[in-house]
This record gives sequence, C-alpha cells and structure tokens, in this order.
Amino acid sequence: MTPAPWFGRKAKAARKTARQSVDALPDGLWAKCPTCGEILFNKELDKNLRVCNKCGYHYKLSAAERLSMLVDDGTFEEMDANLTTVNVLHIPEYDEKLAKWRANTGLEDAIVTGTGEIDGRKVVLGVLDFNFWAGTMGGVVGERVVRAMEYAIDSNLPVIMFIASGGIRVTEGLPGLMQMAKTAAACAKLHKAGVPYIVVLTDNSLAGVLGSYGSLGDFTISEPGLLMGLTADRVAKQAQVIDVPKNFRRAEFALEHGQIDRIVSRRELKSTLVKLLQFCRGEEEEDAA
Amino acid sequence: MPPSSWSVLDFEKPIAELDDQIAEIKRLTAEQGEDRSDDIAVLEADRDRLIEEVFANLTPWDKTLLARHPKRPYTLDYVRAIFDDYTELYGDRLFADDHAMIGGIATLDERQVMFVGQQKGRDLKERQYRNFGSAKPEGYRKALRLMKIAAKFARPVICFVDTPAADVSVGAEERGISEAIARNMMEMSVLGTPIVVVVVGEGGSGGAIGLGVGDRVLMMEHSIYSVIPPEGCAAIIWRDAAKAKEAADALKLTAQGALELGMIDEVIAEPLGGAHRNVEAAARNVKAAIIKCLDELEKLSVPKLLDKRYKKFRSMGAFAEPAPEVVES
Repeated sequence: MTPAPWFGRKAKAARKTARQSVDALPDGLWAKCPTCGEILFNKELDKNLRVCNKCGYHYKLSAAERLSMLVDDGTFEEMDANLTTVNVLHIPEYDEKLAKWRANTGLEDAIVTGTGEIDGRKVVLGVLDFNFWAGTMGGVVGERVVRAMEYAIDSNLPVIMFIASGGIRVTEGLPGLMQMAKTAAACAKLHKAGVPYIVVLTDNSLAGVLGSYGSLGDFTISEPGLLMGLTADRVAKQAQVIDVPKNFRRAEFALEHGQIDRIVSRRELKSTLVKLLQFCRGEEEEDAA
Repeated sequence: MPPSSWSVLDFEKPIAELDDQIAEIKRLTAEQGEDRSDDIAVLEADRDRLIEEVFANLTPWDKTLLARHPKRPYTLDYVRAIFDDYTELYGDRLFADDHAMIGGIATLDERQVMFVGQQKGRDLKERQYRNFGSAKPEGYRKALRLMKIAAKFARPVICFVDTPAADVSVGAEERGISEAIARNMMEMSVLGTPIVVVVVGEGGSGGAIGLGVGDRVLMMEHSIYSVIPPEGCAAIIWRDAAKAKEAADALKLTAQGALELGMIDEVIAEPLGGAHRNVEAAARNVKAAIIKCLDELEKLSVPKLLDKRYKKFRSMGAFAEPAPEVVES
C-alpha cells in the first residue's frame, strides 16, 4: 500500500475530503473551529467554555449558554418575557422569518433580560443572542433593555449587558433606529442614579447596538478577537476600498486605540466581573441594600 | 454649481423643459422689446399645474432622490437665510475640526441660539472638504461641546440633520465613532435646554440620530429619515441593491412616513417643486417652525422639559405586551 501523499494536488484533495466528512458528521458531536479549522470534540469544547484549545477562538454563545456559565445555579429570573415582536412596517415575510428564528432558538426575540446572582451578588443582566437574527435590536430588545435598566435604578442593582449584535433590525425601520436614542437615554438615568453599569462585548458587537448602550458603560470589557465597529460587516466590506490595518475592527484594535478597558478571556470573565462589581459596591453596601 | 442638466431628476424633466421655454421667451422679450407677458403667464400657470401634478404623485424613492438633490439647499444655505447673525465656532478640543459638522452661535430674531448641523458640499472639491456630509467622531464631539455651552448659558440648541451616514473610515473607528454617537444621544437626553432638530435633507441612520435627540424633531416635506439607505436595505433583505425603490416604500422613510409612525412631531412644507426651487421660501417656513417650537418649549421648566424628552424617546419602538398568563394555584 502506498502511503497517503503529504504534498500536491492529491494530498490537498484528501484533506478537503477529510474536512467535508467532518462537516457531514451528525450535529452535536464534533465542531470545526471557524478560524483555525481544528476539529474539536463538542464535549471537550463545552468543558473549555466553548473556546478552541488550539487557537483560542471564542465561539459565539447562546443567551442560555452564557447565563449558565456565569450565573449561580438557580438564581436567574427572567424579566419581561411576555413582550412580543410586532411587524411595525408590515414587511412581507417578516413574521415567517421571526417564526424561523423563534423555532431555531426557542427565544421570542434577540435578548434575554433578568436578575441573577454572580458569586452571590445580585445583578440585572441583559444577554443578546446572536443566533436570533444576528442579535439585532428592534422594539422588543430596546424595551427590554430600558426596562431592565429602570428596574436596576429602582432596586439599586448593578447592570451587566452582554453585546452580541449586528446592529439595528432594519426591518423595523425608523422605530428600530430610535431604540438607539431610547437605550442611550436610559443609560443617562442609570449613571445619574449612580448604578454600576458594565458592558461585555462579544462577537459581533456592531453598528447601532455598539453605537448606543453598548458604548456607555462605566466599564467596557471585551472577549478576545471579536469584531466590533459602527457598520455592519457586509456594509463595511463594501466600503473598504483602501488597505485596512491588521486587526481592523477587532477587539485588539479597539484596545490599542483606547476604545475598551480590557480584553478578558472567557475563563477569566466571571472573576473580572466580580472584581469590578466589588469596586463599585463594597460588601457593606451589599448587605445594606 | 454643476450644469443644470446634471441636476434635473427624471420626473423633473418636463418641468425643466417648461422652465427653459419660459426663460427663452423672457430672454427674447428683453432682447426684442416685444411684450409677451401673456404667453409667459400661460406657460407659468401650465408649469405650476404640472409641478403640482408631478409632486402629488411622488413615490418614497422619488423623495429619496429629492432629499439628495444636487441643488437642494444645504445647512449653510438655511443658516444664511434664517439667522440674522451666525458666528461659526470650530474644533472638538481633542483631535481636530470636522468640516462635515458645523456649529456656532446665532441670532434668531431676538433669541440667541446655539446652532449645530451637518454640512454637505456642492462641487467635487467642496464635497471632499465636507466629507460628503459624513461626520467623524470629532464632529459629534464638537457638536456636543457646543451644546453643553448652550445649556450652561440657558440658550436653546438648533440641530440640522443632513447626512448620508456617519463616517466609518479607519480613523473614525480608531477614535471611537460608536462612542461619540452613543455619548451624544445620552448627553442630549439630559441637556438642560430646549433642543429643536430639523432634518433638512438626508437623515442617515446613526449619523442622524447622533444629532437627533430633541424636544421637537421636524422634517422638511421632501426629506428622508431612515435606519439604512434604501439601497443597503435592498441588499440585506433581497440581496439585490437594485430593489432600492421597493425598499424605500417598505421603510416608510419619508417625512410623511415618519410622522405616521409617530417618530417626528411635524412636517415643514416646502415651496412648490421642492426647497431647491425657492430656498428663501423654504427657509421662511423652517424659521417659523423653529420659532413656534421654541415659544412652546421655553414655557416649560427644565425638569419638566427633560421629563418630557425622556418619555418621548422612551415611548418609541414597536412591541406587544400580552398580559402574562395567570397561573391558577
């Protein structure tokens, strides 16, 4: 038997077949890293907080995965789950699309908000889910964010917002755009009330969500390697005619240019959040509250 | 200004032909001393009827083209006509002066006001100088700096919006364009002085709302305000930029659409055939609308004003809230 070739066309073809065969494997057992191509055993990946052990790529997380990694068991209570999405512009097929995203994710819209405890500290959380229509912000996301912030003010609890969004949901038109002003105004109230506000940017943090409540935290921390910027990816690619710097619109670029406080790996996220919360509110204040 | 043939929209062509005829007769009249004022009057009446007819049936896409009309009055054209005195102030004190965003102190009849707004350029050179009306972070920061001065001295703020979008070049991202826009909206929501926003041409997405948080938001009759340009929307929804007309319909991006959605307070009428046919008349309407708003807003105490402003934007956005299911125990 001749050994499998290492170089040349045949080898390339063989590697391609190998990759395709992985892609063809049943869902749930194996995953292929989208940046380095490493084949990863899904259970191992879960144990590693869904970070590639070869290149450190941070997989996008669903809201449920994020909450289960971060929040103390059994402490999360969802808020405003009864809000439902409205096809405000009567866009054809909008409802069908919504139904598809709902079926795929089990969510009503792209964000989950609620209260939960992180190492015993109660906080208000908002977690965008990129799997639901690219985490786009429309009326429901805006309303849930604002209600969560208003609740935090009323009950004097810190706010942590996880960003994972392609921007404003364009099918909601101008009322969708206004969610930027609405959430930014709520941030003003939050700061005036002295409520701690931490933003965690995750992949992707783009456009109208980064350009509103995603940029207005006391602290802004970011997962490594994520894409962030004011334009949606497709638009940016269209517009970039000149050479762009290495890492352009990545977390590392933003850090270099002073746009974020820290890049924090998923493994250290919880301990970092606890440190920040401790800085804002000492134990004494916690007890008093 | 470009030759007139460059800046005539398709639906304006029959109007432009009549305009040319009228101009020709007037020229002949002047040269030959013949009195043809009757002919001119007839033609002018015909032309006005035609304009009315054409403008009664404009589609949202036509309005998009009008809002971007190369002859459309830009911010400074209005500034010259509306304010008795305007002293421009420059720079964000941090990095640079942005030529796409202008601002300064101005006199509006007996009032002292702070003015800020995006400025487009007319010819190629000027367009580049104004970066096509796309402001960079320093532009938004300059605007905020000026607005804060206005609040300190209890002067109202007038914002003119006319931008295709915010600038998203490498430099803009390096200096935090997202943060600049977000901060403007946040600070404007609590700025302790009346703010009147007028969309005079294009209200392009984040670039517009970064200057758009006011107690009153007005739009010119043929201006647009949109979450995304119709071409981009078509590319996203139908993966086909050529479907921009359909997208313009769907987005309700006209002044009338925005009013219907409850996102703006008032539509300012433009003279027959659009603001570019009579800049003075358009500016008079804008001025009257701003003064009316300020008269109303200045009656409110600052806390009341801010409370109303918060509630105004707080109430925007569509969602349904069915009563939570009652669990019987």
